[in-house]
Amino acid sequence: MILKSLEVDRKAFEARTEWAIKPEGACKGDVCVPLPPGASSASKLNAKMLSERLGMPLVQDADAKIWSLGPESLGGRALTTARAPELKLPDYKGKEFALSSLRGQKTLIVTWSSW
Amino acid sequence: MWQALRNELHPKGLEIVTVALDVDPDAARQWIEPVNPNHPTLIDSAHRVDELFGVINVPNSVWIDEDGMIVRPVEAAWPERAEQPDWQKMADSPDIPPEMRETLQLAKGIKVQAKEYTDALRDWVAKGKDSNFALSPEEVVARSGPRGEAEATAAAYFELGEYLYENGHRDLAPRHWREAHRLQPDNWTYKRQAWSLADPFQGPTQLYDSCWVNDVKKIGAENYYPPLDLTPARGK
Repeated sequence: MILKSLEVDRKAFEARTEWAIKPEGACKGDVCVPLPPGASSASKLNAKMLSERLGMPLVQDADAKIWSLGPESLGGRALTTARAPELKLPDYKGKEFALSSLRGQKTLIVTWSSW
Repeated sequence: MWQALRNELHPKGLEIVTVALDVDPDAARQWIEPVNPNHPTLIDSAHRVDELFGVINVPNSVWIDEDGMIVRPVEAAWPERAEQPDWQKMADSPDIPPEMRETLQLAKGIKVQAKEYTDALRDWVAKGKDSNFALSPEEVVARSGPRGEAEATAAAYFELGEYLYENGHRDLAPRHWREAHRLQPDNWTYKRQAWSLADPFQGPTQLYDSCWVNDVKKIGAENYYPPLDLTPARGK
């Protein structure tokens, strides 16, 4: 997740990472991680706090003054839950497509590239 | 590559979503437009699927059931083909430049398990939850590939580089992509993307101290894709 400051908009964070900030902490699938008091009612969260608590690496480009908060590494596996995340990407004509629109069908996602 | 399989399996309840990992969408589009696909054909410049699912190469796949549960995590994937792909025919042609010949000849050593993969896919489409190839949520997570601090940091650096590349700072991207390569050397999407933007033929450049041919030779072409683990789900 690209950050222009270390104060992260809570709703943007939840939408982007699918971690839900609740009174019991940050929750995803069956996992809940305690957060400092007040986090669940705050509109902004501190990126360093999220990085420490959720095992999300925080890296920076000092010249461009941009940070990148990586995915969680808590469980040591690429997936935290088997529930498919929402995936919203443009199609090749530029129109946004949501993976959730395929609910009700079996879906095969497969990558390719021109290189 | 997947259109024939889509035509066969869509009437049986499967949709195929192809995801192009090109940072430059125009590069992908020139291949897509002539095909005029009838299924979702997406472009993932930031390699979001690496972060979300653990994709590390192309082609890699994920299976998701009707309820939105992942039943097979990332693995290498190939459709069965009636005939040899064009690039394999090119490998033996006398007309191609020597550097390309080396790349293509090396690529011929890559192990592809198209029949096993396609048979498993057909089995799942026919049997759903009763298929031996549909895994439980716990197994899906367990088989989903490693993500420790190194891999997660690689994803952070790749995204940082891509954002800078696309937002007026092309010169700042390579240093972050080099870090991504160092931290997760078996993520071929991060490497090939960076190499191809430096040199379309992905030969050695000064920007990156690696290139496709050298990195594949180090591990052996037969190890380019981890072998499929088609062992049945536990309890089946």
